[in-house]
Amino acid sequence: MESTTILNNVEDRHIEELDTVTIRFAGDSGDGMQLTGTQFTNTSAVIGNDISTLPDFPAEIRAPAGSLPGVSGFQLNFSSQDIRTPGDQPNVLVAMNPAALKVNLADLEGGGILIVNTDAFNEGNLKKAGYESNPLDDGNLLQNYRVFKIPISTANRAALREEVNIPMKEIDRCKNFWALGLMYWLYDRPMAPTLTWIETRFKKTPEVGKANSTALRAGFAYAEAAEIFTTHYRVKRAVIAPGKYRKITGNEATALGCVAASQLAGKPLYYASYPITPASDILHELAARRNFGVKTFQAEDEIAAVCAAIGASFAGSLGVTGTSGPGLALKAEAIGLAVMTELPLVVIDVQRGGPSTGLPTKTEQADLLQAMFGRNGECPVAIVAPATPGDCFHMAIEAFRIATRHMIPVIYLSDGYLANGAEPWRLPDIDALPDFKVKNKTESNGIFHPYERNPDTLARPWALPGTPELEHRIGGIEKQDTTGNVSYDPENHMHMVLTRAEKVALIADDIPDVEIFGESSGRVLVVGWGSTYGSITSAVEEVQNRGMSVSSVHLRYLNPLPKSFGDILGRFDRILVPELNLGQLAMLMRARFLVPAISFPKVKGKPFKISELVAKIEEVYQD
Amino acid sequence: MSTHVAENGGNGSEVVKLTKKDFVSDQEVRWCPGCGDYAILAQVQKVMPELGLKRENIVFVSGIGCSSRFPYYMNTYGFHSIHGRAPAIATGIKTANPELSVWVITGDGDALSIGGNHLIHAIRRNLDINIILFNNRIYGLTKGQYSPTSEFGKKTKSTPFGVIDYPLNPLSVALAAEATFVARSVDTHVAHLQMVVERAMRHKGVSFVEVYQNCNIFNDGAFDMFTDRAVKDDKMIQIEHGKPLVYGKEHNRGIRLHDMHLEAVELGNGISESDLIVHNEKSPDSYLAYMFARMEYPDYPVPIGVFRDVEKRTYESLLEEQIQGAVAKMGAGSLEKLINSGDTWVID
Repeated sequence: MESTTILNNVEDRHIEELDTVTIRFAGDSGDGMQLTGTQFTNTSAVIGNDISTLPDFPAEIRAPAGSLPGVSGFQLNFSSQDIRTPGDQPNVLVAMNPAALKVNLADLEGGGILIVNTDAFNEGNLKKAGYESNPLDDGNLLQNYRVFKIPISTANRAALREEVNIPMKEIDRCKNFWALGLMYWLYDRPMAPTLTWIETRFKKTPEVGKANSTALRAGFAYAEAAEIFTTHYRVKRAVIAPGKYRKITGNEATALGCVAASQLAGKPLYYASYPITPASDILHELAARRNFGVKTFQAEDEIAAVCAAIGASFAGSLGVTGTSGPGLALKAEAIGLAVMTELPLVVIDVQRGGPSTGLPTKTEQADLLQAMFGRNGECPVAIVAPATPGDCFHMAIEAFRIATRHMIPVIYLSDGYLANGAEPWRLPDIDALPDFKVKNKTESNGIFHPYERNPDTLARPWALPGTPELEHRIGGIEKQDTTGNVSYDPENHMHMVLTRAEKVALIADDIPDVEIFGESSGRVLVVGWGSTYGSITSAVEEVQNRGMSVSSVHLRYLNPLPKSFGDILGRFDRILVPELNLGQLAMLMRARFLVPAISFPKVKGKPFKISELVAKIEEVYQD
Repeated sequence: MSTHVAENGGNGSEVVKLTKKDFVSDQEVRWCPGCGDYAILAQVQKVMPELGLKRENIVFVSGIGCSSRFPYYMNTYGFHSIHGRAPAIATGIKTANPELSVWVITGDGDALSIGGNHLIHAIRRNLDINIILFNNRIYGLTKGQYSPTSEFGKKTKSTPFGVIDYPLNPLSVALAAEATFVARSVDTHVAHLQMVVERAMRHKGVSFVEVYQNCNIFNDGAFDMFTDRAVKDDKMIQIEHGKPLVYGKEHNRGIRLHDMHLEAVELGNGISESDLIVHNEKSPDSYLAYMFARMEYPDYPVPIGVFRDVEKRTYESLLEEQIQGAVAKMGAGSLEKLINSGDTWVID
């Protein structure tokens, strides 16, 4: 569905232009902060700002109301510039209750705007948040910020009570839209996109829809009329590459990439998954794509999911399973089976904080070594990692292209930050996408050998059940090369182990080489992979602008590594590897290239800030 | 929508006539001499031509264990997978291509221990697949540990003081998971086994067949006390749809329902066949089948035959129907449209 945007005529008085604003909406997990943030994001994207978001919510669906663990936040960065991250530090904090204030205030920049819902600062909520007295009365605490104390709940009730016929509880639930309306006025956003969204969303419950749209308008009008804000702000359209855009999250882009791969390969998509945070949205997206012939299978467990995907691949579909770290651990043995049977398989791992259950809703990159080595035996797979939410689309296609061309499992490492984070996405030219129509083996020349190899890729033929004369048996027991017969021969085993390794190595001929951001030699090279792209690139750009000899390389293909990667490392005095783990890529680089790579680890469930990377680069630079 | 493979040989329309030989692969069979698996393999190879299936449309899937080597010996498509996961792999194969005739070969350890979860879920989904469980009540490939169907108290390598967990009854598990076809046979009862395998194949929906199979190395004679030629007529009972439960060499014994319990009785002395319970494999609820499945040696004659055979929509046909419905309603998916969906804007 497309929508047109009608810009409101907001009076021009007291308007200040800003390049970039970072807002964090924070409230109770029942307060609808994710929705509020998403709406603000959508509107900002549609009016042409560059955007980047960081939803940050608790693992509990509804932790006790008003408690610290129940605080849900949504940070978004919107700009007239080209931005790559959700912003290091919020300039604006909207705190819907004391707990939200307590959890988030330390992050707010000095002199930043603080908007609080004073109605929620009652004795009970203050106690739950661990405040002994009301922080809003504490001049010392708040002197560093521009504080706007607004009775949001009361104002919302007053606006809605006469207008809609729904229970008070329902009215109170609209207060996030009231706050959103206020923010729309403050940052000069049109209400139309959200009003359209409300209309569609509440088609079946028009009274609730009316309540929400009334709340939105009331918040907007309050900000305009009450004159508590002396200024409001405007962030112009961003100057970004021309084209048609939409907002996209990593999980949405991953699902789209899977559908696109299916069309490009000319093979039906079979997505088998067991619900797990933060990967489940991929299942939801794909389950709605039945009209693309997409078969989704919600399996009884992680192992069944990967096994069903393998079975589907054997039968001729593009088999793919999606999970997060704990699920990848459970799938390990089956991935080994796919390595042994040399079937195409894509395993999506949307990484989250670990180990064990860890931090289900937070981001981390600590599954790289699991993806590389987390199976019994010598069991190599190809590994790719998208760099941005939009890149998830392209790397998902790449995963299938590699899997089918090389008859091998490919692990695709996304993470919670990419999965839920959003950015404007320039719609790809479908004709320019890689064409990798898959041709299955259909004819035998007398006798069929299931492990007869393509000399370029060492891939074996993909012969499907249903094809006459190609009946064959595969399995997890070691096979004789070419014939595929069960073999315990020692020489054959060594040969097959080396062949499976070589198959992965040969993929390097089939992937783009690394691009260097900056000079091709110099003082410091920053190497990253996956979701750290935005913050690393921004940090490197910042120090480059100061004249420092710093370049970066961002890996989207991790196994095999792009061909010239090793050579590049030799052209820099220092190699810095920031990762959201304890140095897993750095470990691989040291082992493979014998380089003194300096690891910069962060394992806090949060992405890198640009500032902390800049500081580290400066430190390494001076050493 | 899938068509019934048995009727048309799979993808093609002509009915093919093959022989047992066509289903024998070129692989050397590596079971211990005297293993019950040989007999089951022979019967399956013999039944295949009767079903009119084309070899290329048949897939045998297995897990790990002695029985799981089965696919290597069938000249069809085959997938020898990992321990316990055959039902999940088969689910992927069948749903990806409903035209295929998919068979799961498994054992008591593979299906009921490590793969228990997959088994019950594959059954409840009612995929049109055929699951044959070779029950030898022991772990053979790992050389003699007790299995989930080993008798209480049994001494094995891993239970020198006797098994202290209670065994599972495979048919009870299948019935509890709402299997639409449930049967049991014995490796040495060749004709009966053939009949059961053929009926399993012809059933549209999930078929679960337990086969008592002798492991002559680690659990030799496990079923002899009721399957042996000398005693089987008195110690086993063949249940048949629509017929009273009669057994015994002289057809002089039967099973009746008494006080909500099954009771083995002698005919005569006022008890006639009309007092016996009559088998109804089509009964929409599975109580009767469940009661029969609970008849165990030595309190009852051990029942073999088809316990349950009812119709229910299959998972894969429902899935195909959803796809066709979605295409009819939304039109065949267009990538261009999908990419352009949602709120979009243009930067000049």
